[in-house]
Amino acid sequence: MIKSKVVLRFPASVVEQPFIYTLIKEYNIIANILKANINPRKEGNMVVELKAAESDFKAGIEFLQERGVMVLPLERQIVWWEDRCTQCGFCTAICPTDALWMERPKMTVSFCSEKCIVCEQCLKACPARAMEALYQAEE
Amino acid sequence: MSQLRSIKEINEKISKGQAVVATAEEVLSIVAEQGVEEAARRVDVVTTGTFGPMCSSGAFLNLGHTTPRMRMTKVYLNGVNAYAGIAAVDVYLGATEIPETDPANTNFPGDFNYGGAHVIEDLVAGKKVRLEALSYGTNCYPRRKLETYITLDDINEAYLFNPRNCYQNYNVAVNLSERTIYTYMGILKPELGNATYSSAGQLSPLLNDPYYRTIGVGTKIFLGGGIGYVAWQGTQHNPCVQRSANGVPREGAGTLALIGDLKQMKAKYLRGVSFLGYGVSMQVGVGIPIPILDVETMRYATVKDEDIVAQVVDYGEAYPQGSGGSLGEVTYAELKSGKIIVQGREVPTAPLSSYPKALEIAQLLKHWIEKGEFTLAEPVATLPSADSSIKMHKLTEKGGNTND
Ligand code: SF4
Ligand code: SF4
Repeated sequence: MIKSKVVLRFPASVVEQPFIYTLIKEYNIIANILKANINPRKEGNMVVELKAAESDFKAGIEFLQERGVMVLPLERQIVWWEDRCTQCGFCTAICPTDALWMERPKMTVSFCSEKCIVCEQCLKACPARAMEALYQAEE
Repeated sequence: MSQLRSIKEINEKISKGQAVVATAEEVLSIVAEQGVEEAARRVDVVTTGTFGPMCSSGAFLNLGHTTPRMRMTKVYLNGVNAYAGIAAVDVYLGATEIPETDPANTNFPGDFNYGGAHVIEDLVAGKKVRLEALSYGTNCYPRRKLETYITLDDINEAYLFNPRNCYQNYNVAVNLSERTIYTYMGILKPELGNATYSSAGQLSPLLNDPYYRTIGVGTKIFLGGGIGYVAWQGTQHNPCVQRSANGVPREGAGTLALIGDLKQMKAKYLRGVSFLGYGVSMQVGVGIPIPILDVETMRYATVKDEDIVAQVVDYGEAYPQGSGGSLGEVTYAELKSGKIIVQGREVPTAPLSSYPKALEIAQLLKHWIEKGEFTLAEPVATLPSADSSIKMHKLTEKGGNTND
């Protein structure tokens, strides 16, 4: 069994085809849609968790790719909503890598995503809830 | 002490757009260059600011009358209970109130994602807020149930009334215990893993006027982005603590009760915040102008971070148990450097109160005064000061009947 979260990107030309139905019916893949942004005749995106036997999983992915659907691995990313951040500075003692850091003595807080190891400790430590984990496609 | 100017004279200069104003940070270099006496002659007003979590905050709201009328006895705003034990459609919405459905700390540490402070922030941001009210019904107020939406614009009066803001100095929190603890001073890692503090230091209003010589009842202030006033000394106002030679308290001391029109305020200066495992609080922006009436006022207003000390307190044991004292003193300059030494160990520090936002508020207040948009108000009464012999009472448990 394989269980994996992926991002499916549908070009506008194929967006109206019943891909998920086919995955379930023809390839025995259990597809759990986590997030979808699908509109008629526009490029669409879907975050989906796929669960299947390894051979079915591979065949299903090939089927999607042959029909022009891009299948991208999913990456968790931490985002800093700067306009929600009150610049309190509390997170700088919680973040283990200095991804959230303070310029002293100005005491202004910034976020450096390259240093972030996605430990998620800041998510609930930030009193203003300015940190969020988002799922994004790895390009 | 010879007076240099009166508040009336300052206001005349303000209305002509001629007042000389400096923030409590800028005034440090002015005094360093020109000396305190010359600086006092040149500068009319020093502006201070602070933007920290202030739990003792809340708002009085008059929701307006429905037809038929209702004497509301239980009121929920976005599910958060507002105190309705006053007149028919008056309520007090406390910043730290959480919905009755919030699991709080049953799943420790609780998230506390939404509470009274967030409702206030939502109202100020112009959002629709769900109102549910219940009543027992009376002859004059027959209605028993109401479900609707309100916005800040369509209710009557709405004013912030904060019983305790602007703490003059505060503890530095550490944790000597072996487990992580979740407090109103943030997450404290075990065995001196970190230290937190909550004061704007040299920018903080009451640290720049340590004996409340200019800040009193009726002082006009910046509150949450609008105009407010000092209403009274705050709860737990404790001016008689030990002070340094410069007059600055060495621990938490004076506090202010503040009032101001919520309809003038801005959500960016009034923020709901969630302390993991502790609860909801409100980050309140306050700016207070200090009129430079004499050289002495200027001397107090030029206090520097290195001249303000705070006590390091163990929140693992000593604070919750109300036992034991300070683990030592550190200055705000040390706290702002990012590390302090406690019991011979280097401990990383982090603030809970935003210095950049405090500075932004002091600068904004300065601009308001320079542009003639904000004049100063003469206090109508002084606050109890170091000579007041105020003592904080402890609550002791007593047995027996109340009528004994
Ligand atoms: S704890 Fe949150 S609000 Fe405070 S500085 Fe960090 S990201 Fe900003
Ligand atoms: S997820 Fe971890 S590493 Fe990334 S910013 Fe938050 S605390 Fe720092």
